[in-house]
Amino acid sequence: MKTDDLINLLSTNVEPVDRRQLRRSLGLAVALGAGGALITVLLALGVRTDLHEPGVLAFLGLKLAFATGVVLMASLLLTRLARPGGEHGTRPILVLLPFAAIALLAGLSLAHTPSTHWEAMIVGDMWLNCLVSIPTIAVVPFAVVVWAVRRFAAPTNLAWTGAFAGLAAGGVSAMGYALHCMDDSLPFIALWYGGTIILCTVAGALLGPRLLRW
Amino acid sequence: MIANEAELRALMTAGLNGDAAAHRALLDRLSRHLRAYYKNKLARIGRSADEAEDLVQDTLMAIHTRRQTYDPEELFTPWVHAIARYKLIDHLRHTKATMTDMPIEDAADFEAQDDHAGAESALDINRLLARLPEKMRRAIRHVKIDGLSVAETAARCGMTESAVKVSVHRGLKAMAAAIAQGRTT
Repeated sequence: MKTDDLINLLSTNVEPVDRRQLRRSLGLAVALGAGGALITVLLALGVRTDLHEPGVLAFLGLKLAFATGVVLMASLLLTRLARPGGEHGTRPILVLLPFAAIALLAGLSLAHTPSTHWEAMIVGDMWLNCLVSIPTIAVVPFAVVVWAVRRFAAPTNLAWTGAFAGLAAGGVSAMGYALHCMDDSLPFIALWYGGTIILCTVAGALLGPRLLRW
Repeated sequence: MIANEAELRALMTAGLNGDAAAHRALLDRLSRHLRAYYKNKLARIGRSADEAEDLVQDTLMAIHTRRQTYDPEELFTPWVHAIARYKLIDHLRHTKATMTDMPIEDAADFEAQDDHAGAESALDINRLLARLPEKMRRAIRHVKIDGLSVAETAARCGMTESAVKVSVHRGLKAMAAAIAQGRTT
C-alpha cells in the first residue's frame, strides 16, 4: 500500500472530533466500575447490619472518604496518562496523599491506645475477608477501565497507566467493601484497605503492558 | 523548522474540527517527518530501512484513529513524537530487539527531519479491507475511498447516517489494529 493512498483514505470525509470524549469516557468507566462494585457487595456480601450503633457511621464515612480520595487521584492521573506523552509532567506522587493521611491517622490512634490493644486494632476480625474481597471485587471495575483506555485512549507508558487503572479499580472496590466491613479501627483501614489497594495497583502495573498495547 | 509546531498545530486543530484539506496536509507532512525519523532510528541501531514504511503507516493510522487524545491546550509536536516513539519501541520490542541501543532523544529531533522517498509498505489495502465485516467494509469503501457523502452511503447501504459513521470509525480502528499486528508478526 502506498502511504499516499492511506493518507487519501484517512483524509476523505473527515468527521469532527469530540474533544471531551476521552475525559468523559474514562470518568464514565470509573463510575460504571463503582456501580459494579456496589452491586457485587450488595448481592454477595450485604451491607453491615449495625449501622444504627454509635460511631459506626463515622467509621463508614472515613472508609468511604479514604477510598474516594484514592479514586479521585487515580482518575485524575489516569486521564493524563491516557494521552500520548502524558507521563511527562505528571506527579504520580500525588496519589500517595490519601495513603499518607490514613497512615498518619492510624499512627495517632495507635499512639493514644495502650499497646495491649494494638493487635486487635491492626488485625481486626475480618482481615482475611478484606484481603480477599477488595482485590476480587476490583476485577470487574479494572476490566471496565482497561476496556475504556484501550478504546478511547492512547497511553505511551503502559505500566504506569495499568497501575493507575488498578488503583482506581482498587479504590472503587474499597468503596463498595466499606459498606460491608465491620472492622472499625484506623490501623485496620490503613493496613488492610491501603494494602489491598496497593496490591491492585501492582497487579495493574504488571498487566498494563500486556493489556493496553495499541 | 521551529515554525513547524505552530503550523502543524493549526492543521491539527482544523482537522479535529472536520477540515479534510487541513487533515490531509497534516498527515502528508507528518508522513515525511515520520519516514525520516524511522529510517534514521532504524539505521542507527543497524536495522533495515524497509521496516520504516510499515511503521510510518501504522503511526499515521494511530494518529488518525486516536486523534481525540490530543488536547488542543497542549503542544502538538510532543504528542506526535510520543506516538512515533511508542510505535518504534513497540516494534523493536516485539521483533526481539533490545532497547539498550535506543538513544536518548527529544521532540525537536522529530521536527528537524523530512523524507519523501520509497513511500510504499508491504501491506495490501484490499487484503486489510477483506478482513473487515461486510458492513464496515462497505462503509469504508464508499465514504473513505470512493468519497461518497455519509448521507449517500447511508441511502445506498440502507443504514442510518450514524450507523455509517460508527462503521467507518470502527472499521478504521480494526484496520489500525491489523496493521499494528501485521507489522510485528
